[in-house]
Amino acid sequence: MADDHGGTAVEKSVPSTASAGTAVVLSEADSIQNPGFPPHRLRVTDTDPKKEKLAERRVSGFFFLSIIGSIAAVVFYFLFPIEEGNLASVRLNTASLGIAISLGLLGIGIGAVHWAKALMSDAEIVELRHGTRGTPETRAKAVEVFTLGNKESGFGRRTLIRNSLFTAIGLSVVPAVVLFRDLAPDEEPNGLLRHTLWKEGVRLARDPDGTPIKASDVTFGSAFHVIPEGLNDEHDRLEQKAKASVLLMRLHPEDLNELPERADWSYDGIVAYSKICTHVGCPVALYEQQTHHLLCPCHQSQFDVANHAKVIFGPASRPLPQLPIKIDAEGYLVAQSDFHEPVGPSFWEREK
Amino acid sequence: MSTTTEPTVTTTGPFADPSSKGARFTSAAANYIDERTSISGLVKEVGRKIFPDHWSFMLGEVALYSFIAILLSGTFLTFFFNPSMTEVHYEGSYVPLKGIEMSAAYASSLDISFDVRGGLLMRQVHHWAALLFVASIGLHMLRIFFTGAYRKPREINWLIGFVLFVLAMAEGFTGYSLPDDLLSGNGLRIIDGMLKAVPLIGTWISYYLFGGEFPGVDIVGRLYSLHILLLPAILIVALGIHLLLLVINKHTQFAGPGKTNDNVVGVPVMPVFAAKAGGFFFIVFGVIFLIAANFTINPIWNYGPYDPSPVSAGTQPDWYIGFADGALRLLPPGLDVVIGGYTLPFGVLIPLVGLVLFLAVVALYPFLEAWVTGDKREHHILDRPRNTPVRTAIGAAGVTFYAVLWAAASSDLIATHFKLSIEGVIHALQALLIFGTIIAYVVTKRVCLGLQKKDREIALHGYESGRIVRLPGGEYIEVHQQLDEYERWRLTSFQDYKPLMIRPDAQGKISTAQRIRAGFSRWFFEDRIVPVSKNEIEASKHDHH
Repeated sequence: MADDHGGTAVEKSVPSTASAGTAVVLSEADSIQNPGFPPHRLRVTDTDPKKEKLAERRVSGFFFLSIIGSIAAVVFYFLFPIEEGNLASVRLNTASLGIAISLGLLGIGIGAVHWAKALMSDAEIVELRHGTRGTPETRAKAVEVFTLGNKESGFGRRTLIRNSLFTAIGLSVVPAVVLFRDLAPDEEPNGLLRHTLWKEGVRLARDPDGTPIKASDVTFGSAFHVIPEGLNDEHDRLEQKAKASVLLMRLHPEDLNELPERADWSYDGIVAYSKICTHVGCPVALYEQQTHHLLCPCHQSQFDVANHAKVIFGPASRPLPQLPIKIDAEGYLVAQSDFHEPVGPSFWEREK
Repeated sequence: MSTTTEPTVTTTGPFADPSSKGARFTSAAANYIDERTSISGLVKEVGRKIFPDHWSFMLGEVALYSFIAILLSGTFLTFFFNPSMTEVHYEGSYVPLKGIEMSAAYASSLDISFDVRGGLLMRQVHHWAALLFVASIGLHMLRIFFTGAYRKPREINWLIGFVLFVLAMAEGFTGYSLPDDLLSGNGLRIIDGMLKAVPLIGTWISYYLFGGEFPGVDIVGRLYSLHILLLPAILIVALGIHLLLLVINKHTQFAGPGKTNDNVVGVPVMPVFAAKAGGFFFIVFGVIFLIAANFTINPIWNYGPYDPSPVSAGTQPDWYIGFADGALRLLPPGLDVVIGGYTLPFGVLIPLVGLVLFLAVVALYPFLEAWVTGDKREHHILDRPRNTPVRTAIGAAGVTFYAVLWAAASSDLIATHFKLSIEGVIHALQALLIFGTIIAYVVTKRVCLGLQKKDREIALHGYESGRIVRLPGGEYIEVHQQLDEYERWRLTSFQDYKPLMIRPDAQGKISTAQRIRAGFSRWFFEDRIVPVSKNEIEASKHDHH
């Protein structure tokens, strides 16, 4: 039954005598014997020439479908161009091209598989396995190669050469490490994370158009997405926005429960909090007006604006940093100072 | 029983058999190539190599073929994509975004979608193929796990496959971030937050990765280098070794009549396997095109360019990153710990370390099991999952753990769709993560043992035929239909392990490692169903006659 194709990368090896560990190996006498192959069953295409002919036609039929599909794809490419501003034309281009190409591919695929299943020999063939390890002779040869290599080079004997080589190779990759220093600019990240564009007198402006907000514009229950005025003109607009984004809300003073040391950080029930989540930095964009809760849509951390934005649910650890605000002479809301702590996610040196 | 014909050596060479013009050309070409490459040796070795057949063996094939679809469609996309974060004003065909300031990367992604004929199709082929790639790798890994195909001599190939799985996820994530749209930018923001949580070096890792402060102007270009150069190069090398080892080790097969640990039974590469696998390649490719032609994936034009301030509700990563995102959602608040002035954000670190540990257990499982069984033999016959109850139960527990984390990535959508509170959903998922995993383990193990008992019963007494017969003495019995020997072999041939007995070593001592190993061994093999022996079959026959 068996035929031997020989190993590919490994020569034929002796049967393994490896330990079976805790496996229970039944004795020959007690274990059920492999009954060998069941009798081969012929397919209908093996016995009926008519069916065979039909299968043959079917296979080439699929290949013809594929030919039609591929030609159709080229035709559709020109027949259904994309017209500027017309989304339906994009849709038609994508669908017609894709379906035609798909037909071109599926025809080949289904035809080939059908050919294999219905017409090619379905007799199962046996190939012998050999132990993966090399034969003792091969292994002895391999050992000899290394022994000779060692002897002829003196690799094991000349320890000074060997050890200095190892050190040299090890050190040769060190320059690669310093070469990556300029992946980032020279400044220290730790300092950058502590400062935003906010400072005393900077007006609170609407996100994204940048128009300043008057205290009188902020009605009870409303919320504004805020950026510092002038942010849109900054060359590093997005980096600054990623730190300086703020949410502005006005609560009824009786709902607002302020910390005594921050009593003058708000103006007439208007409070401003960093919009950057203290969990991993998503924008805390959803304000629930009735409950005064802020929800981060990424990981569902919830902050209670009425209670100095403390965390009431979710994986965030710290309250959102508060931006102290006041109004200027013209009635516009302005910052009293920068945030008093770094905004956004926690990091190692944060408390330093 | 091969039909290979040994080449007959003649003076004109083995390839000369000029019966027709076409054959003359073929043999001349073959001769030309062989005289310069000795390729005939390779053809002789692998041309009639045997591949066993089972539907589950095609999962790895799906992964391989979808990877080829990714390579081809991805190459097409590189001709049009501009990996730059330079701010431009969009002037393409998509009217709602006209004049908007955005990165060149996002603008060129829009151009691919709306101004290049077939561009959207290729983008969707690339994305769908990537989703299919990761999915089929996952299913392929589960097939390997539950059938024990990772056992000696295939442990290294499991490890390489694991590396491929991780690379596939990394490729997916880097590719997802390239269009620089609002959704992917928020994904990067989350990565930035997670990196910053790493003790000691986190702030610096983020700083180097983004080339300064988040988001910077470098990240898309850097991810592009990784996505189209470094990661694919590693992936292709690992894939090559993976397939080479598959050929060297030869494919595993399920137990069946005529199949032994020392043979491979199946169809030869030429012609049947080549036709089936080659045909299947076209089918996979065709199906990807069919899906891409009809179903939108990642409609970046709806999200707008990245801006750190807006975000839409119901944000979700691609499915294969879901388990990591879900893990982030399940932690309770207030886990920042400050030690000596340094901050350890455990709310992020626990999911991070937990996922690394989970993946490490997946990677190292074959070595752990090999240590517990102490089995040093080669295994080429696959286990039926029921015959290894504890392994199957561990697998089921792992799948449950992963699935709960994955579900957690949709916690907000679950809450809104089923009108539940987000708090309730999170608490339920937290409970499921722990108890669901345990329940899955226990139930699976019991189900496996039950199925083994049923198999044993059937092997010994046959199937219930439903035919009731009255004996002359008045007794009623149900006639059992006996199995044929082939069917019985399928049910009865499996490996059986018993728990390790602790024995003192030469010094009369029992080492701690030995105790731990025995503990694991008890856990694995305490409950075992012994395979049916010949004697039992004989005895059962006497019972019936």
